Amino acid sequence: MPHTPEPDARRAWISVLAKAPPAQLAGLMPDLAPHTCLRPPEIGTVMVQGRAGGTGARFNLGEMTVTRCSVQLACGTVGHACVQGRDKDHARRAALADAMLQTDAGPELEAGVLAPLRHAAAAARAARAAKAAGTRVEFFTMVRGEDQ
Amino acid sequence: MYVAVKGGERAIDAAHDWLAEERRGDLSVPELTIPQIREQMALAVNRVMAEGSLYDPDLAALAIKQARGDLIEAVFLIRAYRTTLPRFGASCPVDTAAMAVDRRVSATFKDLPGGQVLGPTFDYTHRLLDFALMAEGAPPSPIPSPQGGGEAHSGTRGATMAGQVPPSPLVGEGGGGGAPPDPVPHVTGLLDRDGLIEPAHPDEAAPRDLTREPLELPASRALRLQALARADEGFTLSLAYSTQRGYGRTHAFVGELRIGMVAVEVELPELGFAVEIGEIELTECETVNQFKGSRTEPPQFTRGYGLVMGQSERKAISMSLVDRALRWQELGEDFIGAPAQDEEFVLSHCDNIQATGFLEHIKLPHYVDFQAELELVRRLRREALAVREAAE
Repeated sequence: MPHTPEPDARRAWISVLAKAPPAQLAGLMPDLAPHTCLRPPEIGTVMVQGRAGGTGARFNLGEMTVTRCSVQLACGTVGHACVQGRDKDHARRAALADAMLQTDAGPELEAGVLAPLRHAAAAARAARAAKAAGTRVEFFTMVRGEDQ
Repeated sequence: MYVAVKGGERAIDAAHDWLAEERRGDLSVPELTIPQIREQMALAVNRVMAEGSLYDPDLAALAIKQARGDLIEAVFLIRAYRTTLPRFGASCPVDTAAMAVDRRVSATFKDLPGGQVLGPTFDYTHRLLDFALMAEGAPPSPIPSPQGGGEAHSGTRGATMAGQVPPSPLVGEGGGGGAPPDPVPHVTGLLDRDGLIEPAHPDEAAPRDLTREPLELPASRALRLQALARADEGFTLSLAYSTQRGYGRTHAFVGELRIGMVAVEVELPELGFAVEIGEIELTECETVNQFKGSRTEPPQFTRGYGLVMGQSERKAISMSLVDRALRWQELGEDFIGAPAQDEEFVLSHCDNIQATGFLEHIKLPHYVDFQAELELVRRLRREALAVREAAE
């Protein structure tokens, strides 16, 4: 039974699925539920844009490889994916998960796939941030007396 | 003049076979894998991605392997591959303020929100060969470094913002090691809040794209930044260095240099909203440069900007210096004829694939051109000799 998910929730899970390491996603979701491919996995690029000065006018920085895919479940629910890189299985799995998350299978997938992915991503981010924090410089300044 | 020359197929095949053999090298040495190159030659991979203008570490690693480590040849392979891919669209502009920083240093302010984060840097290494890395099977050893962390800054006081309008957050917020990641605002944004630097207002106009239309001069800053982002690192470095030595001096300070992961957001038409589709590593450099002020503007600093794919700070700093030098007209400065100020010179020569293509084509058969020159020289010599004989 398809639901209409909150756009923010869908936005968030599409992002989690896209950013997941393909092998990890495949490990959490080994079997693919029956589906038809509306758009078979297709490799292409997205032009990444930046802004002059970080905040100013947009400019084209360069492209990145992406793979996109759209699938449909038997109940008619459609799922989309656009993931970084050239892994077609990743794109198909992410699209399928997007579709299933909009159905009654959602909560199960949320707990079994999204939660572990979120957890792993947060852990990886925290580990990297901790390493960076370890290289943060702690200055101490000598008192020279000129302010007295 | 070019004439198709037939023959040589057998020689070409043999040359390519030999190339494959030489690429593999001594068979008693294990073959490199793509993950090995991606993980252990990461900065070479970054350079190939930046100059190939395609973010895909695996492909860049493959290109490096195929090119036997010739990075410009690898960039060529990436550029060629890129042209075979359909383009699905453009991303939303990346938000570098939200970068998960591995490294973030400022040469202008000692104490700043978010702190000075060194990251995995070659700075402060002694540049001594580490023979431990040569010992096979040994566990990886970090590059020897002098005592890290907690360096005393002997007596000097860096520029602080003391005396500025109180809400300026640059005052008195040194970072502490091991603290959870603080937000890391752009230094130039903080200067902008105090009106000390030219603003960089958002402009949503779709930028022109060098890969889709031929370069037309004068180019917009957006087009220049695209060209510089994929420009040859060596060429960009030399130009930037020339500005420091006086050929278009811009008095640059590195306001901020940051390296880290940035989310890429793309609006998917089938969804009708933007989603994050991945993360890429970027290096960003913002320079703070001098400006005299004018009748309408009070004196304020100006900006140079560098943004490069991967961890590539030499290139990012170079790019920001060259970007700033190219802005002379917009900022009402004098053109002193310096190469780095000359947009046509910079943009026409910064691309190493264009340059290589034209440079190396002269090694290919030019038999007919040369035959014509040879005939001409022979005739001129005959005539000159005839004149001399007649005179004697």
